Amino acid sequence: MSKILTASVVTAAMVAGGASADGLSGTLRIISDMSNPTPRAVITQLAEDFDAMHPDLTVELEVIDREGWKSQIRNALSANPPDVVNWYAANRMAPYVNAGLFMDISDMYANGDLPGLDAVKGALTIDGKQWGVPYSYYQWGIYYREDIFNELGLSEPATFDEEIANCEKIIASGRKCYSIGSKFLWTAGGWFDYLNMRTNGFDFHMQLARGEVPWTDDRVRATFANWRKLIDMGAYIDDHQSYNWQDALPFVVNGEATAYLIGNFAVPHLRSAGMTDAQLDFYQFPQIGDYPMGEDAPTDTFHIPSGAENVEAAKAFLQFVTSAEVQTAINGPEGLGQLPINANSQVAQDEFIVQGFDMLSNNATGGIAQFFDRDFPAEMAALGMEGLQEFMVFPDNLEDILNRLESSRQRIY
Amino acid sequence: MFPIPIERRSRAVQITYQSLIPLALIMWLLPLIAVALFSIRPLADFTSGNYWGVPSSFELFTNYSRVFFDSDMPRYMLNSVLITVPTVIGAVALSCMTGFALGIYRFRGNLLIFLMFIAGNFVPFQILMVPVRDLTVSAGLYDTKLGLVLFHIAFQTGFCTLFMRNFIRALPYALIEAARVEGVAEWRIFWFVVLPLMKPAIAALAVLIFTFIWNDYFWAIVLTQGPNAQPVTAGITAFNSQFIAQYHLMSAGSIVAAIPPVAMFFLMQRHFIAGLTLGAVK
Amino acid sequence: MTVSPALFLLPGVLFFAVYVIIPIIQSFYISAFEWNGLGELSEQGEYVGLRNYQELFTDRAFEVSLWNNVKWLVLYLLAIPAGLFIALFLNQTVAGIRIYKSLFFFPFVLSQVVVGLVFSWFYLPREGLLNAIISFFGFEPVNILGDPTLATYGIIAAGLWPQTAYCMILYLTGLNAVDPEQVEAGRLDRAKGWRMLWYVILPQLRPATFIAFVVTIIGALRSFDMISVMTNGGPFGSTRVLSFYMFEKALSEYGFRMGYGSAIAVVLFLIMLVFILYFLWTMVQDERASRN
Repeated sequence: MSKILTASVVTAAMVAGGASADGLSGTLRIISDMSNPTPRAVITQLAEDFDAMHPDLTVELEVIDREGWKSQIRNALSANPPDVVNWYAANRMAPYVNAGLFMDISDMYANGDLPGLDAVKGALTIDGKQWGVPYSYYQWGIYYREDIFNELGLSEPATFDEEIANCEKIIASGRKCYSIGSKFLWTAGGWFDYLNMRTNGFDFHMQLARGEVPWTDDRVRATFANWRKLIDMGAYIDDHQSYNWQDALPFVVNGEATAYLIGNFAVPHLRSAGMTDAQLDFYQFPQIGDYPMGEDAPTDTFHIPSGAENVEAAKAFLQFVTSAEVQTAINGPEGLGQLPINANSQVAQDEFIVQGFDMLSNNATGGIAQFFDRDFPAEMAALGMEGLQEFMVFPDNLEDILNRLESSRQRIY
Repeated sequence: MFPIPIERRSRAVQITYQSLIPLALIMWLLPLIAVALFSIRPLADFTSGNYWGVPSSFELFTNYSRVFFDSDMPRYMLNSVLITVPTVIGAVALSCMTGFALGIYRFRGNLLIFLMFIAGNFVPFQILMVPVRDLTVSAGLYDTKLGLVLFHIAFQTGFCTLFMRNFIRALPYALIEAARVEGVAEWRIFWFVVLPLMKPAIAALAVLIFTFIWNDYFWAIVLTQGPNAQPVTAGITAFNSQFIAQYHLMSAGSIVAAIPPVAMFFLMQRHFIAGLTLGAVK
Repeated sequence: MTVSPALFLLPGVLFFAVYVIIPIIQSFYISAFEWNGLGELSEQGEYVGLRNYQELFTDRAFEVSLWNNVKWLVLYLLAIPAGLFIALFLNQTVAGIRIYKSLFFFPFVLSQVVVGLVFSWFYLPREGLLNAIISFFGFEPVNILGDPTLATYGIIAAGLWPQTAYCMILYLTGLNAVDPEQVEAGRLDRAKGWRMLWYVILPQLRPATFIAFVVTIIGALRSFDMISVMTNGGPFGSTRVLSFYMFEKALSEYGFRMGYGSAIAVVLFLIMLVFILYFLWTMVQDERASRN
């Protein structure tokens, strides 16, 4: 991976017209949340390469625990802002945009400093201005054990009924259908996103996210009723509220659960645990109602805090990470294993990346959502996901949960 | 002595007692023993579900060397040292003076100031959190070791003053009277008469504060955020996210993080317990 | 002569005032504002009077936290009898007893973070030793930290481990100083076992009990580290206590309601204040008694 990256860096440097002539100097402080092993290697390499490209510039990289960063970013931005930080697109960045903590970088988009990013600009736009750049996005969907499916004579389901029929056979074989680790709540948000988008359509899901529909609406109940079918048949692994998403991976690896609704970032983890492409495959979340498919495809981003000191270097770094070459390199199967955000990049010839790219380009006509915790306003997302987790463990509490969420909705929006 | 010394009991009771103690100790330390056992296993044992059987191989050295060489752990440990040691020095120095003032002199407000120190030492951290964070941020000390050190010194001064003042009260007052009669300046009395007598108290307090500060987690996450300044208690969560679900490494990591205060305790046991139990006896 | 004490006190008092006393007052003040912690309170904050406190009354998470604090307060006190029990067990002079005492005590010097991690692994539904033992005896495994009705008790049990060690060492020191003549006198009066403990020993252990009580109450109300490490307040908020909830409201991603957080902190402070005043009163009484 480092070789590929270095090669592309050299290209990028040449494109930029000579490395040392750009006059960047001082220190560039980056705080990154790419703390899982593979992303950590990527960001470390990026920082080293950028440092090497600019002899007068020192790049200081601080990698912070990804879950921890979610509660520290406020502090970091307001207290001792670095020059570049990681975050997420869409509504998830709204609080920091509204608080004036992210720098407006619309000029970079307007000046053509960021070629190939026009298609993804929307997710970084609030109030007609752009507040950061994406560096990667990825599909969500059902990752499953192809070998076990073959063994049980199952095929990829296209409808929810088929999904349930498959699941019954899986359970009969002594396995669970789905692994999930809901300790940090958001994985449950993924299930709700898909069930709601499939049951009621993408547009309804977005209305709910914008607070235009009550949580006690019958359509929302229909979503939970579908969810309950899976819960009641024992489709999910036990004790998932005690695990985080990585803790839940071994269930799939050991074949105790056959599938996992998760983002493509899980693939490198599964591979490093010994899963081969012959054992692992991917399918789109099946159809429920007669709606065009909506998909979750969250975008991960870089931003410049408004208190950044070395803005010039920060902007150059954003240009660097979004350039077509670097995008191709870092999103490749040996890097993040995700989708590049630059239109001129190459999508890696990897089974999962190709499938994801194809799905998002051709079969996501309903629309593309960011994710539960990025589409719903922060406070609603937090309370909502807590309710979703509770529902997964105690489905009988649904009435209480919905009433609670509804009263929060009325207060928050 | 209470209960009745075991030597005065029957032989059977003695044997039962002797064999009961190690058994009770194992029960008592069971969770810790479990973690120690985890930390010498290979990853393969966890994926194959062999949690409590005989380890398939013995990986003590591999696991612990990964903690030291493959992670930020050494930096976090160093940060902890650089936060803890200055705090100990600062808090002990300040409280020697406050303890001296409150223990030796009689003046109006003496008891009030003393009670203020005690009361402040008991307050919940959360009532200080927002203002202290604000103060640290506006002083430009957020995410620095100094920011943490200054707060810790201030807060620990409460407990240390209580400790020092009570210790000084118990010193022979006649000694100071005698020095005063000879016209020795007050600061010289402090330095040459009282301070040498306070050595045991200083030792006890230093060991105690070392452990308290080393083990602090709340202020570490409120006032710092990354490997540049965070002590090991906060760093361990970042460490765990780097080696997620790899219980052998996480176990080794937390054992490493726990070693300094444990070593401090075993080396300085007498002082530690003397400090901790001051006031438990009349 | 009159200046000296002031000079000796000045640095300590100054530090303590800036970092402890003044912030307490500021927190009361901030709790009357809606403020996201950015910019100056006077410019960015919106004065809302007692509205934050009114909101507390309708906030279910606050209610859960408050109840959990009560559980912590009551159950944490078990550390005192448990510590006494172990101290009595270990108060012998057999060979190697000093090592045993140290080993029983040393969980106390571990940080709460490490204790939290150790116990969360101990409790793990599949990998944990607890469930390995439970299933060895043929019972169904339990997922303590994943069950909202058990999780808080699981954390308290973990907290009791170092706290019991602390109380034990206090009592061991206390037992060392028990007057042997009184014990012998008691024995002559045929006082044995429980009666001896209750009427002769415990009164002499009063100072140790008082300190054990103080540190245990303070420890119970300060519980934060272990909750943060073991469950992060979950599952679905069932293990929150006031100290944790305050932190969540004030500093987590979805929070940054400094005013509301401060209001929670004020409530916690007032609960603590009741105990603090009792402690101070007792200490002053003792001080007076010892002077006479």
